[in-house]
Order: sequence, then C-alpha cells, then structure tokens
Amino acid sequence: MNDTQVTAAKLKPNIQLPIYLDYQATTPMDKRVLDAMMPYFTEKYGNPHSRSHSFGWDAEEAVEKARAQVGHLIGTDAKSIVFTSGATESNNIALKGVMRFYKGKRNHLVTANTEHKCVLDSARHLQQEGFEVTYLPVRQNGLIDLDELRAAVTEKTALVSIMAVNNEIGVIQPLAEIGRICREKGAFFHTDAAQAAGKIPLDVEAMNIDLMSISGHKIYGPKGIGALYVRRSKPRVRLEALFSGGGQERGLRSGTLSPPLCVGLGEACAIAEREMGAENERLRMLADRFYQGIMNQVPEVILNGDREQRIPGNLNLSFSYVEGESMIMAIKDLAVSSGSACTSASLEPSYVLRALGVEEEMAHTSIRIGLGRFTTEAEVDYAVQTIVEKVNKLRSMSPLWEMAQEGIDLKSIEWSGH
Amino acid sequence: MAYSEKLIDHYENPRNVGSLDKGDTSVGTGLVGAPACGDVMKLQIKVGADGIIEDAKFKTFGCGSAIASSSLVTEWVKGKTIDEAEKIKNTEIAQHLALPPVKIHCSVLAEDAIKAAIADFRTKRDGKA
Repeated sequence: MNDTQVTAAKLKPNIQLPIYLDYQATTPMDKRVLDAMMPYFTEKYGNPHSRSHSFGWDAEEAVEKARAQVGHLIGTDAKSIVFTSGATESNNIALKGVMRFYKGKRNHLVTANTEHKCVLDSARHLQQEGFEVTYLPVRQNGLIDLDELRAAVTEKTALVSIMAVNNEIGVIQPLAEIGRICREKGAFFHTDAAQAAGKIPLDVEAMNIDLMSISGHKIYGPKGIGALYVRRSKPRVRLEALFSGGGQERGLRSGTLSPPLCVGLGEACAIAEREMGAENERLRMLADRFYQGIMNQVPEVILNGDREQRIPGNLNLSFSYVEGESMIMAIKDLAVSSGSACTSASLEPSYVLRALGVEEEMAHTSIRIGLGRFTTEAEVDYAVQTIVEKVNKLRSMSPLWEMAQEGIDLKSIEWSGH
Repeated sequence: MAYSEKLIDHYENPRNVGSLDKGDTSVGTGLVGAPACGDVMKLQIKVGADGIIEDAKFKTFGCGSAIASSSLVTEWVKGKTIDEAEKIKNTEIAQHLALPPVKIHCSVLAEDAIKAAIADFRTKRDGKA
C-alpha cells in the first residue's frame, strides 16, 4: 500500500461514528420541526376539539395551519387532509375503507407486488373478505408496465393502489400516467407516498391522485403521525372509517388529534417543500459520489432498480458473491439495511428484489444505502472506502467468488440446499 | 441482535481462511449449502498417513454466524483423527458460539461440511487403494 492511497482508516479521524445511512427506514427530526412542536407539549396543550375556551381554539388553529402545510406540499387544500398515526394506518384506511364502501358496485382492487407490506397485507385481508385483487408484476427496473395496468383495470375496479417511490429500491412509478388510466376507467387512484412526499414534486390534481398516504418520520418529522389525502370533489372519494368514535377528521378517523405531532408534520412538509430543489441537488451529488466511488473500485456490483427514475437518496446495491448480512456485520460503523431479510427470522431474500427478477443468490447480496438531509461528503467518502475494503475481504473468503474467478459457472453446480 | 464475543472474534479474525489443492489425494473437500439459501461453505481437510487431520481451510459465503461456525470447526478438526472429527455435533458448535435460534442452521451446515470433506477424502483414498 502506498502513502497516497485513500483508506477508511485514514478518513476515520474526521468523522463521528456510526454513520446513519438508513434514511428510508426513518429520518432524524429536523431541529426546526422540534422547535415548532415544543410549545404544544407544554404551554399550548389544549384539546383541538374543545370549542368552549381559548386553549382549544389555539390548538385547533395550530392543527389547521399544519393541515394546510401538508395539503400545500401535494397541491391541495387543508380540507382534504386527514391526520392519522402514520402511513401504515393511512394505507389501511385507503384500501379497506374504499373497497368496503363501494363493495356493492365494484369489488376489484389492483396493486403491485412490490408494494409495502402494509398494502399487501391489507390486500390479502380484503381477499379474505371476498374482494378480488390483482397484483401487478414489475419489470426488471422495478416499474410497472402501463399496458398491463390498463389491461388489469376493469369496470369492476374500485381502486388502484400503486406506491409513488419504493422503499427498498427508490424507484419512482409513473404517477401521472397511472392517474390518467385510472381516471379513464373510473377507478380511484391511491398512492402510498411515504417515501415520496417531500422528496419529489407531487400534485394530486395534475396526477389525478384520489388518495395519498404520507408519513411524518420519513421527512424529518416526528414518528407516530401521518396523513391521508382524500379527494373531496371531481370525483368525491367516500370510504368506510376503520375507527368508531367521536367522528373527528370528517368522520374518517375518530380520535383526539395530537397538536404537537400535527404541527411537526406540517412544519416538516413546509421545510421539505421549500428546500426540495436544493436538497435533491445535493443528494444527487452525494449519491453520484457514492456510486462512482464504489463502481470505480469494486467489480461486479449491480444497482437495483431503474437508473433514471429514482430518488437520489437511495442506492440498493448487490455485491456479487458477498452475503448481505455478513456485509452489514463487517461495515458495523455504517447503519445500512440488508436487502435480504435475513436479519429477521425469515431466511427469504427481499420479495421486492425477487419481483424485479433478481436471482435469489443475488438478492442475498444486496444492501440498501439511504442518504439524507444530514449526510455529509466526508461520511460518504468514509462509507465508500469501508465498503470497498470489506467487500474485498469477504470476497477473499467467499467460495463463490473463488469459483467465479476459476471460471466455474455457479449454475452448473448441483447445490445441496438446506 | 447481540452476538457473543467468541462469535464476533471468529467473524472478525477468521482462522484458516483459504484453499488447499483439491487435486491432492490427501485433501478432502466438502462444499455444502446453496447460494439461493444465502449460505455456502467450502471446508477442506488435509489428512496425514496416520489418519490425523494436519491442516484445515475454509471459505464461506454466508452471514457472520456461518463464517464464525466454519472458522471454529477448522480449529477443532485440526489434530483430530477423521473418526474423531466426524463426531463433532452441530449442538457443540452452536453452544460454543452461543448462536441465536435463527442461526442454528449455520452450525448444522458446518457439521455437514466436515462430514462432506471426510466423505470426499475417503472416496479418494479408497479409490486409490
């Protein structure tokens, strides 16, 4: 090794470890968001549904301002926004609520097999209730085929639910085209925008979106709050509420709102809307630096998901012949997540990568790197060098790498399995 | 998931990584697992004329527990006769490394790898005899 060579050890003194690179799992709260929330915990603690005193009025005013901030981010007004506990709840209300309401007329749901678990699980639940569900496949780049969507939507389709940005591979689905097809066919269009709101421009009017799920903690806001956009006219979306109660949130979601959490989500949306352009430019620079840094130093690395139609803050990489979980253990200074679900009790590789047609053995070699608002260039450089060094080490220990170097086709071997 | 110190030590400082000449008749090679399952172990033993394992090497594609399990068994088999090595049980490996329940299959794979290496060695030896 010569003295000019960049190594992780040389870069280490300049940064604080561990480095957070899992921004699709959650984000740290922006201090500005916390500042906006603080008064509503202590001084302005009223119940926003109290109508008889100023404590209630102040809280209500704050909640309504936040509602408008959320709406503004996606091109709509405050009245169409329902606060929920998060995107999982929003997705549950959207799918179950709409399907159950229109049961008599339309009983068909269309979704995609790379959706988040809460959408897929809601869909399965609806199947058990007797609804018909079509799970669209995705192409190798992770995007749905619009012709297949067109063919799948019929006059019996009540709802099409396609996520805006995938949580594992960061690809952006063609929302405007999907919205147009749904509108032509008279089906409602719901999009899970947990990973998209505040990251890409969204306009519910231009994109013909009828319902949209939003999460607070994915956009530097608090955990435990989210929102559901429900279109109020042209066409009006109706749905059956999941919660029984006091009829808050237009009767769609009963329960006392938490003003500090609502204010936090609103502020997070307002900041994201203001800073999206500059932030994306910076993230794209960092992601390029990351990607090039890896690709220039390590052979046989694959970027999963479409190269162009993606958010800049996500890189899902397959390091051939290196198992993902051992990789994560090796790069323990970097908080990333495994494309493979091996860290949980399940030994199945990621269903999203499998849906892309990524072979099972490659799906076991993937890691998801998430960059965000507080990621620095120094962190990227350290992360790149750490990954390069560990991949080399693990490959030198990998029997598959050895066989590949010897020119043995791994598919020609009869594996014993387990 | 918290791993034991022994496991982390074997993972971070794996013993006996490498390959032996698989064409050598005194070398037995075991290749077990499958890439699609996320674990492949290659374990090799070099057996002396007295039936004692002189050397052992491994290469593993798999999680940290799989790497640690294979590293550990290369240490254990060295100096043993093949009959003794064959008696190593996965439960001993799992216990020594304090493998969590979801990782028990790694120790099973390591036991299989020893058995496969010994079987390969015997086939070669008996074929020659």
